[in-house]
Amino acid sequence: MDQGYVHNVVRLFEVTKVFKLGSNLVEALKGIDFAIKTGEYLSIMGPSGSGKSTLFNMIGALDKPTTGKVFIDEVDVAQLDAYELAWLRCRKIGYIFQTFNLIQVMTAIENVTLPMIFAGMHREEYMDKGMELLKLVGLAERYNHKPSELSGGQQQRVAVARALANDPAIILADEPTGNLDLSTGEEIINLLKQLSVQRNVTIISATHDIKMLNVSDRVVWIRDGRIDRVEERDKLKISVGEVA
Amino acid sequence: MADSVRRQVVLPWGQVIKISFNSIKVRLFRSLVTTMTLALAIAFVSYTWSGYEILNAMWPNIDASLQDRIIAGGYEQFEGTFGTSAKDRWLVILSLLVCVVGIVNAQLMAVTERFREIGTFKCLGALDSFVVRIFVVEAVYQGLFGGFAGSLLGLVVSTLTLALKFGWPVFIHWPLAGMLLTLVGATLLAVFLSLTGVIYPALVAARMEPAVALRTEQ
Repeated sequence: MDQGYVHNVVRLFEVTKVFKLGSNLVEALKGIDFAIKTGEYLSIMGPSGSGKSTLFNMIGALDKPTTGKVFIDEVDVAQLDAYELAWLRCRKIGYIFQTFNLIQVMTAIENVTLPMIFAGMHREEYMDKGMELLKLVGLAERYNHKPSELSGGQQQRVAVARALANDPAIILADEPTGNLDLSTGEEIINLLKQLSVQRNVTIISATHDIKMLNVSDRVVWIRDGRIDRVEERDKLKISVGEVA
Repeated sequence: MADSVRRQVVLPWGQVIKISFNSIKVRLFRSLVTTMTLALAIAFVSYTWSGYEILNAMWPNIDASLQDRIIAGGYEQFEGTFGTSAKDRWLVILSLLVCVVGIVNAQLMAVTERFREIGTFKCLGALDSFVVRIFVVEAVYQGLFGGFAGSLLGLVVSTLTLALKFGWPVFIHWPLAGMLLTLVGATLLAVFLSLTGVIYPALVAARMEPAVALRTEQ
Protein backbone atom coordinates (compact mmCIF):
# COMPACT_ATOMS: atom_id res chain seq x y z
CA MET A 1 0.00 0.00 0.00
CA ASP A 2 1.18 3.54 -0.72
CA GLN A 3 2.90 5.37 2.04
CA GLY A 4 0.92 8.31 3.25
CA TYR A 5 -2.33 6.92 1.89
CA VAL A 6 -4.82 6.87 4.70
CA HIS A 7 -7.29 4.05 4.47
CA ASN A 8 -10.86 4.80 5.46
CA VAL A 9 -11.94 1.84 7.52
CA VAL A 10 -15.50 3.13 7.81
CA ARG A 11 -17.26 5.60 5.54
CA LEU A 12 -20.83 6.82 5.85
CA PHE A 13 -22.60 8.40 2.91
CA GLU A 14 -25.77 10.40 3.58
CA VAL A 15 -27.02 7.89 6.10
CA THR A 16 -30.52 8.40 7.47
CA LYS A 17 -32.57 6.22 9.76
CA VAL A 18 -36.27 6.53 10.40
CA PHE A 19 -38.03 4.56 13.13
CA LYS A 20 -41.74 3.96 13.28
CA LEU A 21 -43.10 4.56 16.75
CA GLY A 22 -46.78 3.73 16.58
CA SER A 23 -48.07 6.03 13.86
CA ASN A 24 -45.22 8.52 14.34
CA LEU A 25 -42.11 8.54 12.20
CA VAL A 26 -39.01 9.46 14.19
CA GLU A 27 -35.94 10.56 12.28
CA ALA A 28 -33.04 9.31 14.39
CA LEU A 29 -30.38 10.15 11.80
CA LYS A 30 -30.88 12.97 9.32
CA GLY A 31 -28.03 12.50 6.89
CA ILE A 32 -24.59 11.62 8.20
CA ASP A 33 -21.49 11.93 6.00
CA PHE A 34 -18.35 10.81 7.67
CA ALA A 35 -15.14 8.84 7.30
CA ILE A 36 -13.05 7.10 9.94
CA LYS A 37 -9.38 6.37 9.37
CA THR A 38 -7.58 3.15 10.26
CA GLY A 39 -6.09 3.13 13.74
CA GLU A 40 -8.06 6.13 14.90
CA TYR A 41 -9.55 6.44 18.39
CA LEU A 42 -12.83 8.15 17.71
CA SER A 43 -15.49 9.16 20.18
CA ILE A 44 -19.04 9.92 19.22
CA MET A 45 -20.40 12.33 21.81
CA GLY A 46 -23.88 13.64 22.28
CA PRO A 47 -26.79 13.77 24.68
CA SER A 48 -29.04 10.76 24.98
CA GLY A 49 -31.60 10.65 22.20
CA SER A 50 -29.23 12.40 19.80
CA GLY A 51 -28.91 9.35 17.56
CA LYS A 52 -25.59 8.13 18.95
CA SER A 53 -26.58 4.53 19.42
CA THR A 54 -28.38 4.45 16.09
CA LEU A 55 -25.24 5.69 14.40
CA PHE A 56 -23.28 3.07 16.30
CA ASN A 57 -25.57 0.35 14.97
CA MET A 58 -25.13 1.63 11.41
CA ILE A 59 -21.34 1.65 11.65
CA GLY A 60 -21.36 -1.84 13.12
CA ALA A 61 -23.63 -3.26 10.41
CA LEU A 62 -26.08 -4.23 13.13
CA ASP A 63 -28.97 -2.42 11.48
CA LYS A 64 -29.79 -1.20 8.01
CA PRO A 65 -29.96 2.53 7.18
CA THR A 66 -33.25 3.77 5.76
CA THR A 67 -31.35 5.61 3.02
CA GLY A 68 -27.68 6.17 2.33
CA LYS A 69 -24.73 3.85 2.37
CA VAL A 70 -22.30 2.43 4.90
CA PHE A 71 -18.91 1.28 3.68
CA ILE A 72 -16.67 -0.88 5.84
CA ASP A 73 -13.23 -1.31 4.32
CA GLU A 74 -14.69 0.37 1.22
CA VAL A 75 -17.28 -2.40 0.83
CA ASP A 76 -20.93 -1.37 0.76
CA VAL A 77 -22.53 -3.26 3.63
CA ALA A 78 -25.91 -3.35 1.87
CA GLN A 79 -24.37 -5.46 -0.90
CA LEU A 80 -23.23 -8.22 1.45
CA ASP A 81 -25.21 -11.44 1.76
CA ALA A 82 -25.94 -13.10 5.11
CA TYR A 83 -22.70 -15.11 5.09
CA GLU A 84 -20.52 -12.15 4.33
CA LEU A 85 -22.30 -10.02 6.89
CA ALA A 86 -21.81 -12.69 9.54
CA TRP A 87 -18.16 -12.94 8.54
CA LEU A 88 -17.79 -9.19 8.87
CA ARG A 89 -19.31 -9.19 12.35
CA CYS A 90 -17.25 -12.18 13.34
CA ARG A 91 -13.83 -11.18 12.00
CA LYS A 92 -13.72 -7.47 11.25
CA ILE A 93 -15.60 -5.90 14.11
CA GLY A 94 -15.54 -6.42 17.85
CA TYR A 95 -18.52 -5.07 19.79
CA ILE A 96 -18.64 -3.77 23.34
CA PHE A 97 -21.97 -2.73 24.83
CA GLN A 98 -23.13 -0.61 27.71
CA THR A 99 -25.01 -3.59 29.12
CA PHE A 100 -22.06 -5.94 28.46
CA ASN A 101 -24.31 -8.45 26.65
CA LEU A 102 -22.38 -11.47 27.75
CA ILE A 103 -24.16 -14.76 27.25
CA GLN A 104 -25.45 -15.29 30.79
CA VAL A 105 -25.39 -19.07 30.67
CA MET A 106 -21.76 -19.27 29.59
CA THR A 107 -18.58 -18.87 31.61
CA ALA A 108 -16.04 -16.11 30.93
CA ILE A 109 -13.86 -18.37 28.81
CA GLU A 110 -16.85 -19.71 26.86
CA ASN A 111 -17.97 -16.15 26.13
CA VAL A 112 -14.53 -15.18 24.91
CA THR A 113 -14.07 -18.25 22.74
CA LEU A 114 -17.49 -18.19 21.07
CA PRO A 115 -16.44 -15.85 18.21
CA MET A 116 -13.41 -18.04 17.61
CA ILE A 117 -15.61 -21.14 17.38
CA PHE A 118 -17.66 -19.30 14.75
CA ALA A 119 -14.41 -18.46 12.97
CA GLY A 120 -13.65 -22.17 12.66
CA MET A 121 -10.70 -22.42 15.06
CA HIS A 122 -9.77 -25.70 16.70
CA ARG A 123 -10.35 -26.29 20.37
CA GLU A 124 -6.71 -26.09 21.45
CA GLU A 125 -6.17 -22.94 19.45
CA TYR A 126 -9.20 -21.10 20.80
CA MET A 127 -8.71 -22.21 24.39
CA ASP A 128 -5.12 -20.94 24.33
CA LYS A 129 -6.06 -17.66 22.76
CA GLY A 130 -9.07 -17.26 25.06
CA MET A 131 -6.90 -17.66 28.15
CA GLU A 132 -4.35 -15.28 26.69
CA LEU A 133 -7.03 -12.65 26.15
CA LEU A 134 -8.43 -13.12 29.65
CA LYS A 135 -4.90 -12.67 30.96
CA LEU A 136 -4.62 -9.46 28.94
CA VAL A 137 -7.69 -8.03 30.65
CA GLY A 138 -6.55 -9.40 34.00
CA LEU A 139 -9.22 -12.04 34.54
CA ALA A 140 -7.32 -15.27 33.90
CA GLU A 141 -8.14 -16.74 37.32
CA ARG A 142 -11.84 -16.11 36.84
CA TYR A 143 -12.13 -17.89 33.51
CA ASN A 144 -14.62 -20.38 34.88
CA HIS A 145 -17.01 -17.81 36.39
CA LYS A 146 -20.40 -16.97 34.96
CA PRO A 147 -21.22 -13.30 34.26
CA SER A 148 -23.56 -13.27 37.28
CA GLU A 149 -20.56 -14.10 39.49
CA LEU A 150 -18.52 -11.16 38.17
CA SER A 151 -18.68 -7.45 38.99
CA GLY A 152 -19.73 -4.92 36.33
CA GLY A 153 -16.17 -3.93 35.58
CA GLN A 154 -15.09 -7.54 35.32
CA GLN A 155 -17.98 -8.34 32.98
CA GLN A 156 -17.01 -5.43 30.78
CA ARG A 157 -13.43 -6.67 30.72
CA VAL A 158 -14.64 -10.10 29.60
CA ALA A 159 -16.61 -8.27 26.89
CA VAL A 160 -13.42 -6.45 25.81
CA ALA A 161 -11.58 -9.78 25.64
CA ARG A 162 -14.43 -11.22 23.58
CA ALA A 163 -14.36 -8.24 21.24
CA LEU A 164 -10.67 -8.93 20.60
CA ALA A 165 -11.14 -12.65 19.93
CA ASN A 166 -10.69 -12.64 16.16
CA ASP A 167 -8.24 -9.71 16.02
CA PRO A 168 -10.79 -7.30 14.56
CA ALA A 169 -9.76 -4.18 12.68
CA ILE A 170 -12.48 -2.18 14.40
CA ILE A 171 -13.72 -2.17 17.95
CA LEU A 172 -17.11 -0.57 18.40
CA ALA A 173 -18.02 0.41 21.90
CA ASP A 174 -21.49 1.69 22.74
CA GLU A 175 -21.25 3.58 26.02
CA PRO A 176 -18.72 1.10 27.40
CA THR A 177 -18.45 2.99 30.68
CA GLY A 178 -22.15 3.79 31.03
CA ASN A 179 -22.86 1.15 33.64
CA LEU A 180 -19.55 1.38 35.50
CA ASP A 181 -18.29 3.51 38.37
CA LEU A 182 -15.65 6.19 37.74
CA SER A 183 -12.47 4.26 38.39
CA THR A 184 -13.64 1.09 36.65
CA GLY A 185 -14.74 3.17 33.69
CA GLU A 186 -11.29 4.73 33.55
CA GLU A 187 -9.70 1.27 33.59
CA ILE A 188 -11.77 0.22 30.59
CA ILE A 189 -10.93 3.44 28.74
CA ASN A 190 -7.22 2.95 29.38
CA LEU A 191 -7.47 -0.65 28.23
CA LEU A 192 -9.10 0.45 24.98
CA LYS A 193 -6.52 3.19 24.43
CA GLN A 194 -3.71 0.73 25.03
CA LEU A 195 -5.21 -1.64 22.45
CA SER A 196 -5.57 1.10 19.91
CA VAL A 197 -1.94 2.11 20.30
CA GLN A 198 -0.40 -1.35 20.54
CA ARG A 199 -2.49 -3.19 17.96
CA ASN A 200 -3.42 -0.34 15.64
CA VAL A 201 -7.08 -1.19 16.16
CA THR A 202 -9.62 1.43 15.16
CA ILE A 203 -11.73 2.25 18.19
CA ILE A 204 -15.09 3.86 17.72
CA SER A 205 -16.95 4.63 20.87
CA ALA A 206 -20.34 6.20 21.42
CA THR A 207 -20.34 7.89 24.80
CA HIS A 208 -21.27 10.82 26.91
CA ASP A 209 -18.43 10.21 29.30
CA ILE A 210 -16.09 13.24 29.38
CA LYS A 211 -13.21 10.98 30.45
CA MET A 212 -13.21 9.56 26.94
CA LEU A 213 -12.15 12.92 25.49
CA ASN A 214 -8.61 12.75 26.84
CA VAL A 215 -7.77 9.60 24.95
CA SER A 216 -9.65 10.30 21.71
CA ASP A 217 -7.91 11.30 18.50
CA ARG A 218 -11.09 12.84 17.23
CA VAL A 219 -14.45 13.62 18.73
CA VAL A 220 -17.66 13.78 16.73
CA TRP A 221 -20.48 15.67 18.37
CA ILE A 222 -23.92 14.49 17.38
CA ARG A 223 -26.95 16.61 17.94
CA ASP A 224 -30.46 15.90 16.81
CA GLY A 225 -29.47 13.28 14.25
CA ARG A 226 -26.80 15.41 12.57
CA ILE A 227 -23.09 15.92 13.03
CA ASP A 228 -22.78 19.10 15.05
CA ARG A 229 -19.00 19.44 14.90
CA VAL A 230 -15.86 17.35 14.63
CA GLU A 231 -12.87 18.16 16.78
CA GLU A 232 -9.28 17.03 16.39
CA ARG A 233 -7.41 16.09 19.51
CA ASP A 234 -5.00 19.03 19.64
CA LYS A 235 -7.83 21.55 19.47
CA LEU A 236 -9.88 19.59 21.90
CA LYS A 237 -8.36 20.82 25.14
CA ILE A 238 -9.08 24.43 24.29
CA SER A 239 -12.73 23.84 23.58
CA VAL A 240 -13.10 21.69 26.69
CA GLY A 241 -11.54 24.55 28.57
CA GLU A 242 -14.08 26.87 27.08
CA VAL A 243 -16.92 24.67 28.14
CA ALA A 244 -15.62 24.48 31.67
CA MET B 1 -14.31 -14.25 -1.94
CA ALA B 2 -17.58 -16.04 -1.34
CA ASP B 3 -16.00 -19.47 -0.99
CA SER B 4 -13.41 -18.50 1.55
CA VAL B 5 -16.08 -16.64 3.49
CA ARG B 6 -18.28 -19.70 3.60
CA ARG B 7 -15.53 -21.78 5.13
CA GLN B 8 -14.88 -19.25 7.82
CA VAL B 9 -18.21 -18.87 9.57
CA VAL B 10 -19.06 -22.21 11.11
CA LEU B 11 -20.76 -23.78 14.07
CA PRO B 12 -20.08 -27.53 14.17
CA TRP B 13 -22.90 -29.80 15.35
CA GLY B 14 -20.76 -30.93 18.27
CA GLN B 15 -20.74 -27.33 19.51
CA VAL B 16 -24.48 -26.94 18.88
CA ILE B 17 -25.17 -30.00 21.02
CA LYS B 18 -22.85 -28.74 23.76
CA ILE B 19 -24.19 -25.17 23.75
CA SER B 20 -27.84 -26.24 23.83
CA PHE B 21 -27.23 -28.85 26.52
CA ASN B 22 -25.47 -26.28 28.68
CA SER B 23 -28.14 -23.73 28.04
CA ILE B 24 -30.79 -26.13 29.32
CA LYS B 25 -28.68 -27.23 32.26
CA VAL B 26 -27.96 -23.71 33.44
CA ARG B 27 -31.56 -22.60 33.05
CA LEU B 28 -32.77 -25.85 34.57
CA PHE B 29 -35.70 -24.38 36.45
CA ARG B 30 -36.90 -22.33 33.48
CA SER B 31 -36.53 -25.20 31.06
CA LEU B 32 -38.25 -27.53 33.53
CA VAL B 33 -41.31 -25.27 33.37
CA THR B 34 -41.34 -25.57 29.58
CA THR B 35 -40.66 -29.29 29.84
CA MET B 36 -43.41 -29.73 32.44
CA THR B 37 -45.97 -28.19 30.08
CA LEU B 38 -44.85 -30.70 27.51
CA ALA B 39 -44.87 -33.56 29.98
CA LEU B 40 -48.38 -32.84 31.25
CA ALA B 41 -49.82 -32.48 27.77
CA ILE B 42 -48.18 -35.69 26.63
CA ALA B 43 -49.28 -37.42 29.84
CA PHE B 44 -52.88 -36.80 28.80
CA VAL B 45 -52.27 -38.35 25.36
CA SER B 46 -50.40 -41.29 26.83
CA TYR B 47 -53.10 -41.80 29.48
CA THR B 48 -55.74 -42.07 26.77
CA TRP B 49 -53.70 -44.34 24.51
CA SER B 50 -52.45 -46.71 27.18
CA GLY B 51 -55.92 -47.02 28.70
CA TYR B 52 -57.25 -48.42 25.43
CA GLU B 53 -54.15 -50.56 25.11
CA ILE B 54 -54.81 -52.22 28.48
CA LEU B 55 -58.52 -52.71 27.84
CA ASN B 56 -57.85 -54.29 24.45
CA ALA B 57 -55.20 -56.59 25.93
CA MET B 58 -57.34 -57.89 28.79
CA TRP B 59 -60.69 -58.07 26.97
CA PRO B 60 -60.32 -61.53 25.33
CA ASN B 61 -58.87 -63.04 28.52
CA ILE B 62 -61.45 -62.03 31.13
CA ASP B 63 -64.80 -63.51 32.08
CA ALA B 64 -68.13 -62.10 30.97
CA SER B 65 -69.00 -60.45 34.29
CA LEU B 66 -65.88 -58.28 34.18
CA GLN B 67 -66.53 -57.50 30.53
CA ASP B 68 -69.99 -56.30 31.55
CA ARG B 69 -68.48 -54.10 34.24
CA ILE B 70 -66.11 -52.50 31.71
CA ILE B 71 -68.97 -51.71 29.34
CA ALA B 72 -71.04 -50.47 32.28
CA GLY B 73 -68.09 -48.26 33.25
CA GLY B 74 -68.68 -46.21 30.12
CA TYR B 75 -65.96 -47.66 27.86
CA GLU B 76 -67.18 -48.13 24.33
CA GLN B 77 -66.21 -50.84 21.93
CA PHE B 78 -66.44 -50.42 18.21
CA GLU B 79 -65.81 -53.35 15.86
CA GLY B 80 -64.37 -55.32 18.78
CA THR B 81 -61.71 -52.84 19.94
CA PHE B 82 -61.57 -49.92 22.33
CA GLY B 83 -60.42 -46.55 21.19
CA THR B 84 -61.85 -46.65 17.71
CA SER B 85 -65.26 -45.08 18.20
CA ALA B 86 -65.90 -41.52 17.14
CA LYS B 87 -65.97 -40.45 20.78
CA ASP B 88 -62.57 -42.01 21.46
CA ARG B 89 -61.01 -40.41 18.44
CA TRP B 90 -62.43 -37.07 19.52
CA LEU B 91 -60.80 -37.58 22.92
CA VAL B 92 -57.39 -38.22 21.36
CA ILE B 93 -57.70 -35.22 19.03
CA LEU B 94 -58.71 -33.07 21.98
CA SER B 95 -55.74 -34.21 24.03
CA LEU B 96 -53.41 -33.52 21.11
CA LEU B 97 -54.91 -30.07 20.73
CA VAL B 98 -54.26 -29.26 24.38
CA CYS B 99 -50.75 -30.57 23.88
CA VAL B 100 -50.00 -28.39 20.83
CA VAL B 101 -51.33 -25.19 22.34
CA GLY B 102 -49.41 -25.74 25.57
CA ILE B 103 -46.16 -26.50 23.82
CA VAL B 104 -46.31 -23.70 21.27
CA ASN B 105 -47.05 -21.24 24.06
CA ALA B 106 -44.19 -22.48 26.21
CA GLN B 107 -41.68 -22.42 23.36
CA LEU B 108 -42.83 -18.99 22.19
CA MET B 109 -42.17 -17.61 25.66
CA ALA B 110 -38.84 -19.35 25.96
CA VAL B 111 -37.58 -17.90 22.67
CA THR B 112 -38.98 -14.41 23.23
CA GLU B 113 -37.24 -13.98 26.54
CA ARG B 114 -33.94 -14.81 24.87
CA PHE B 115 -34.00 -12.16 22.13
CA ARG B 116 -31.05 -10.37 23.72
CA GLU B 117 -28.98 -13.52 23.73
CA ILE B 118 -29.86 -14.12 20.09
CA GLY B 119 -28.82 -10.55 19.20
CA THR B 120 -25.53 -11.09 20.97
CA PHE B 121 -24.93 -14.32 19.08
CA LYS B 122 -25.50 -12.51 15.82
CA CYS B 123 -23.15 -9.69 16.77
CA LEU B 124 -20.45 -12.28 17.29
CA GLY B 125 -20.95 -13.55 13.75
CA ALA B 126 -23.62 -16.23 14.09
CA LEU B 127 -25.63 -17.00 10.98
CA ASP B 128 -29.41 -17.23 11.24
CA SER B 129 -29.08 -20.99 10.88
CA PHE B 130 -26.83 -21.24 14.00
CA VAL B 131 -29.56 -19.70 16.11
CA VAL B 132 -32.24 -21.96 14.64
CA ARG B 133 -30.03 -25.02 15.12
CA ILE B 134 -29.42 -24.25 18.80
CA PHE B 135 -33.14 -23.85 19.48
CA VAL B 136 -34.05 -26.95 17.49
CA VAL B 137 -31.60 -29.10 19.42
CA GLU B 138 -32.85 -27.65 22.71
CA ALA B 139 -36.41 -28.46 21.64
CA VAL B 140 -35.38 -32.03 20.86
CA TYR B 141 -33.84 -32.42 24.33
CA GLN B 142 -36.95 -31.02 25.95
CA GLY B 143 -39.18 -33.14 23.74
CA LEU B 144 -37.31 -36.30 24.61
CA PHE B 145 -37.20 -35.63 28.32
CA GLY B 146 -40.65 -34.13 28.72
CA GLY B 147 -42.17 -36.67 26.36
CA PHE B 148 -40.63 -39.61 28.20
CA ALA B 149 -41.57 -38.31 31.64
CA GLY B 150 -45.08 -37.40 30.50
CA SER B 151 -45.84 -40.64 28.72
CA LEU B 152 -44.51 -42.62 31.68
CA LEU B 153 -46.76 -40.61 33.99
CA GLY B 154 -49.81 -41.13 31.75
CA LEU B 155 -49.09 -44.81 31.50
CA VAL B 156 -48.73 -45.31 35.25
CA VAL B 157 -51.85 -43.29 36.03
CA SER B 158 -53.98 -45.12 33.45
CA THR B 159 -52.77 -48.49 34.75
CA LEU B 160 -53.52 -47.54 38.33
CA THR B 161 -56.96 -46.08 37.65
CA LEU B 162 -57.98 -49.13 35.60
CA ALA B 163 -56.57 -51.41 38.30
CA LEU B 164 -58.67 -49.59 40.90
CA LYS B 165 -61.80 -50.12 38.83
CA PHE B 166 -61.26 -53.64 37.52
CA GLY B 167 -58.69 -55.19 39.87
CA TRP B 168 -55.88 -57.68 39.25
CA PRO B 169 -56.67 -58.65 35.64
CA VAL B 170 -55.23 -55.29 34.60
CA PHE B 171 -51.80 -56.33 35.88
CA ILE B 172 -52.09 -59.95 34.79
CA HIS B 173 -52.82 -59.06 31.18
CA TRP B 174 -50.71 -55.89 31.15
CA PRO B 175 -49.50 -55.53 27.53
CA LEU B 176 -45.77 -54.91 27.86
CA ALA B 177 -45.03 -54.60 24.13
CA GLY B 178 -48.03 -52.38 23.49
CA MET B 179 -47.14 -50.15 26.40
CA LEU B 180 -43.54 -49.79 25.25
CA LEU B 181 -44.86 -48.85 21.83
CA THR B 182 -47.14 -46.25 23.42
CA LEU B 183 -44.20 -44.89 25.39
CA VAL B 184 -42.02 -44.56 22.32
CA GLY B 185 -44.88 -43.19 20.22
CA ALA B 186 -45.87 -40.55 22.76
CA THR B 187 -42.24 -39.51 23.27
CA LEU B 188 -41.69 -39.11 19.54
CA LEU B 189 -44.93 -37.16 19.35
CA ALA B 190 -43.60 -34.86 22.06
CA VAL B 191 -40.38 -34.28 20.12
CA PHE B 192 -42.36 -33.54 16.98
CA LEU B 193 -44.69 -31.13 18.77
CA SER B 194 -41.82 -29.47 20.61
CA LEU B 195 -40.12 -28.87 17.26
CA THR B 196 -43.34 -27.56 15.75
CA GLY B 197 -43.67 -25.16 18.64
CA VAL B 198 -40.11 -23.86 18.49
CA ILE B 199 -39.55 -23.55 14.76
CA TYR B 200 -41.65 -20.46 14.11
CA PRO B 201 -40.42 -18.28 17.01
CA ALA B 202 -36.84 -19.44 16.37
CA LEU B 203 -37.06 -18.46 12.70
CA VAL B 204 -38.51 -15.07 13.57
CA ALA B 205 -35.83 -14.49 16.20
CA ALA B 206 -33.00 -15.63 13.94
CA ARG B 207 -34.03 -13.30 11.14
CA MET B 208 -34.07 -10.17 13.30
CA GLU B 209 -31.45 -7.52 12.74
CA PRO B 210 -29.03 -7.77 15.69
CA ALA B 211 -29.74 -4.20 16.72
CA VAL B 212 -33.46 -4.90 16.91
CA ALA B 213 -32.93 -8.06 18.94
CA LEU B 214 -30.60 -6.22 21.33
CA ARG B 215 -33.06 -3.38 21.84
CA THR B 216 -35.71 -5.66 23.38
CA GLU B 217 -36.26 -5.11 27.07
CA GLN B 218 -35.53 -7.87 29.52
